[in-house]
Amino acid sequence: MNGALAIAPILIPLIVAAIQVSLGIRFRRLRTSLSFLSCLALVAVAAMLMMSASSGEGTTLVYNLGDWPARFAIVLVVDRLSALMLLLTAVLALAVMPYALGRWQRMGPHFQPLVQLLLVGYNGAFLTGDLFNLFVFFEVLLAASYGLALHGSGARRVGAGLHYIAINLTASMLFLIGVGLIFGVTGTLNMAVLAHLIPGLTGTPRALMHAGAALLGLTFLIKAAVWPVGFWLPRTYSAAIPPVAALFAAMTKLGIYVILRLSLLLFGVDAGAASAHFGSDWLLWLGIITLAVGSIGMLGARELGKLAAYCVLVSSGTLLGAVALHSPGVTAGALAYLVISVLGIAAFFLLVGLVVPREVPEGTAQLEPYDPAVDALFAAEDERRVTSPSPVVILAVCFLACGLLLAGLPPLSGFLAKFALLAPMLGHGTGATLLFALTIAAGLCTMIAMARAGIQIFWADSDREFPRVEPGETVSVVSLLGICLVLTLVVAAPWNYLSATARQIHAPEHYIQAVMGQATGTRP
Amino acid sequence: MEAVLAIAIGALAGSGVWLLLRPRTFQVIIGLTLISYAVNLFIFSIGGLRVGADPVLGAATDPSRYSDPLPQALVLTAIVIGFATTALFLVVLLTSRGLAGNDHVDGEDGTP
Repeated sequence: MNGALAIAPILIPLIVAAIQVSLGIRFRRLRTSLSFLSCLALVAVAAMLMMSASSGEGTTLVYNLGDWPARFAIVLVVDRLSALMLLLTAVLALAVMPYALGRWQRMGPHFQPLVQLLLVGYNGAFLTGDLFNLFVFFEVLLAASYGLALHGSGARRVGAGLHYIAINLTASMLFLIGVGLIFGVTGTLNMAVLAHLIPGLTGTPRALMHAGAALLGLTFLIKAAVWPVGFWLPRTYSAAIPPVAALFAAMTKLGIYVILRLSLLLFGVDAGAASAHFGSDWLLWLGIITLAVGSIGMLGARELGKLAAYCVLVSSGTLLGAVALHSPGVTAGALAYLVISVLGIAAFFLLVGLVVPREVPEGTAQLEPYDPAVDALFAAEDERRVTSPSPVVILAVCFLACGLLLAGLPPLSGFLAKFALLAPMLGHGTGATLLFALTIAAGLCTMIAMARAGIQIFWADSDREFPRVEPGETVSVVSLLGICLVLTLVVAAPWNYLSATARQIHAPEHYIQAVMGQATGTRP
Repeated sequence: MEAVLAIAIGALAGSGVWLLLRPRTFQVIIGLTLISYAVNLFIFSIGGLRVGADPVLGAATDPSRYSDPLPQALVLTAIVIGFATTALFLVVLLTSRGLAGNDHVDGEDGTP
């Protein structure tokens, strides 16, 4: 397999975005078709990369930009984990694309190029093999996300966007300080070379390395919206338009991805007694607290968008806690949970946009407080004729499916993912047991909150005016849920891939060898 | 020289953090700018401080006589990115001022 394919996921959306920006705002149809082509190409490339990465247990594809040796050059690394994340993002973008075709992309001039740039940022961050480029791609991702979060304008979005940008600019500064510390100690930012050097560090350099890594970790915890640095998320996500919020669903998972990658690569078992599992206790407890905060937030949410945003917090907390356990079995389950929760939450954000009446200008769906007096009113109406126009039936079924997926109940794949996550978790200490219990409790909270919202939307208020649903919007929601359904029926191949992924990232010597081999070895 | 630079970075970062926590958007953006100056100086200094050392290897091959060029490349990238994002933040700040009618970070002033 040619290593140059590894750079395609960055180049394709970058070139498409450049063309779209230079086309201006006139050729809307051409710009939209270009976006579709780009997403299709990304799915194809990601699938090819995935196939080449999964051809053997330790296959890692390394591409040196400009063909410089890896110690000096910028490297792109494709292993099973990055290929998985690439495919997930590409599929998510392709599925969300039809949704934005109608009214949503018309709310501002540059929706399509911004989405492409967002994909550049995602793909670059998944592929890059050194810390500074991780920073650069994070900034590309964030710059595009600022534009998308503000898409549609309005006081609510600008207010939320202001906080979002300020917090992320501060986080970027922390990132740079961390990168600076690590470079000052080791003289390199290449992840594989770092992993090679860390066991040899002692005394002050080791302490500085830990400080740098902690600052980097803090940055990614901010991105993953972990308590206590995640309060920006519910406001920003619920203010953004639904397709944007759906695309952002993968952003918190990018934070989790980087934490997973770096903690296993830099602070795995091989890092020496003083550095092995550095910070993993903190990550576990922060994950547990985030999970609890997310569950409480979900029960207290008065707004459908906020409910979806707290689902993101719950999944972040669960994943962070699971990642911190450093066990291949739990990691494989966590990856399954990651895939399902990204797809499920994205579908939920899209659905939220469909049940909000169009008349509400700022796009908020309110949930009313429970009032027992209202129940008596409905008792008399139980005999009334029920009319169910078909789009509403589709929406209701999709809502039910979302609820089952997010709460992790059978028969959909949410249950399988949660089972795969929970089954190997016991026997890793008190923290893991607490995480286990809280994950199950969070499922219950999700079910209560979703049932309450569903009853209010679809049953309680029979005169509710649903906005006209455009075909593209239904296609998006149904295809996202359809993927989850397929993952319920076809389990063996994805699960084998995920277990192999977990084994691969828990044995970082393959990764280090693949990159370092390029560093010292022959140039073709 | 290290002490002077360290004090400068500390002063910039400290004032930046203080301004960042203020309630007015203008103070926030000045705070962010000060912090980014501090961070840029910090990155610049991680290669070690030298006076009069050449940045690029010449005929002599003793690397200890040269300053490390990589932090300079890193800091350039960081400056460019920081500059662009700050400019974007400025636009959002002005929009927020226009929409909310005041310059409070939450869009609502305590005073009517």
